[in-house]
Amino acid sequence: MSRPEIVVKGLHKSFGDNEVLRGIDLEIGQGEVVCVIGPSGSGKSTLLRCVNLLEEPTRGQVFVGGTELTDPDVDIDAVRRRIGMVFQQFNLFPHLTVAENLTLPQRRVLRRNRATAARVAAENLARVGLSEKADAYPASLSGGQQQRVAIARSLSMGPEVMLFDEPTSALDPELVGDVLAVMRMLAREGMTMMVVTHEMTFAREVADRVVFMDGGVVVEDGTPDQVIGAPLHERTRHFLSRLLDPAMAQVEEEGSDRAGGAGG
Amino acid sequence: MTVDTGTELKPRRKGLTRRQRRRLSRGAQYAVFVAAVTAFAAGADWGRLRNQFAQWDIARQMFPDVITLALKNTVLYTLSGFVVGLALGMVIALMRLSSVGPYRWLAGVYIEIFRGLPALLIFIFIGVAVPLAFPGTEIVGGTYGKVALALGLVAAAYMAETIRAGIQAVPRGQTEAARSLGFSPARAMVSIVIPQAFRIILPPLTNELVLLFKDSSLVLFLGVTLEERELSKYGRDLASTTANSTPILVAGLCYLLVTIPLGFVVRRMEAKAQEAVR
Repeated sequence: MSRPEIVVKGLHKSFGDNEVLRGIDLEIGQGEVVCVIGPSGSGKSTLLRCVNLLEEPTRGQVFVGGTELTDPDVDIDAVRRRIGMVFQQFNLFPHLTVAENLTLPQRRVLRRNRATAARVAAENLARVGLSEKADAYPASLSGGQQQRVAIARSLSMGPEVMLFDEPTSALDPELVGDVLAVMRMLAREGMTMMVVTHEMTFAREVADRVVFMDGGVVVEDGTPDQVIGAPLHERTRHFLSRLLDPAMAQVEEEGSDRAGGAGG
Repeated sequence: MTVDTGTELKPRRKGLTRRQRRRLSRGAQYAVFVAAVTAFAAGADWGRLRNQFAQWDIARQMFPDVITLALKNTVLYTLSGFVVGLALGMVIALMRLSSVGPYRWLAGVYIEIFRGLPALLIFIFIGVAVPLAFPGTEIVGGTYGKVALALGLVAAAYMAETIRAGIQAVPRGQTEAARSLGFSPARAMVSIVIPQAFRIILPPLTNELVLLFKDSSLVLFLGVTLEERELSKYGRDLASTTANSTPILVAGLCYLLVTIPLGFVVRRMEAKAQEAVR
């Protein structure tokens, strides 16, 4: 592993009495692709949102590219420019066209001029295969197209790290592939990526490492072959069996096997 | 839940069937309507009404002043009040959403006070109390300034609540997306949230414009010169000089000339907004 791009140290996060993250330590190297998996409520989305400080950690430290985000004096807006984020619900700006979605942040945040912003936007739209949709409004696009535009919007800011928060969970099954293809391309190009996902095939094929979380802690952390192929922990096995073959699951007593609370 | 096997599938009641009852009910409603219209038509003294409200020569002598002066002033008062109200309302809405407690508190107090007071009182306050309390001070713009201020103060309270609701109706994910791209909180608000909020609140804001249009008639209580009269004052003055009510009717029609199309526009926008819901 090369120089760590993302470092998380002793991270805790509570929402009121609900402790969602109970001490997370994680390092992600430059160019590494890490998939975070786990049952809902395990804290994986909260962890991701703590990495760009959309959620303020209760305790612990987060470093990205050597800058400590949890330092109260850090210019958080400046650091976030280096961290792209893709949301489950796309969150495109509905009042702007696709092209404007890509150019407005560049112009307002990076102060790029109109021509540069337009050129960068066109490049990135081409990368996700949506050049012909430049003048469309997000509402007229399919979910898969919207998500690819959202990825292109993040890429237009020239990030060093990309965070993906369940990028395909809100998509119709037949549209998932296009988005995963774009993510695979990014991984091949050497982007540092942290992906919260339920796509086990993607995790197995593309990820350098898979992190399994449950109850606000990292249960297992290793290569896809280790974590998905030969999980050491019962909790991991249980989760994977339910995910890979939901039809075989048994009725269980609620909460009996759950260490942590819900939420996140 | 138990299944009640005793329930009859076709409860046969005595008397009318459902269809007959529905027909009877509708027939009764028409009958009441026709009776009311007939009673009104027969009871009204049409000759006198025509004399009082539809004197063509009086109506004709109102033109073009009723448009070029009175309607123009009404529109001017309304728009200036709307602009002041919108600007002030925006500030108050943002204060209401501020993380600083005293701002929220102050905005709340403002809204409660100015929403709770009759607009007429505000006009009297601006017209009489302020000059008395601060002798020598003059509200810039004379009557126009006073009207803009009085209407604006009232409108701001309503608009602040509308704008706040609009801002809160913009999904949280929009702010999060903007922040994650490196927008500062203020820039995210201005570039991303507020433009979307305004699309949401365009219909209620236009409604507010209609309300202001009517409230501008309260200028009456500020004491205006001949040149500053708006529709209501103009109509009333003319009604008393001619001892006839036709000018009131004409002034009223002038209001409707503006409010009905505006109402139509609002309904169109609401329908379009319904369509555009993602």
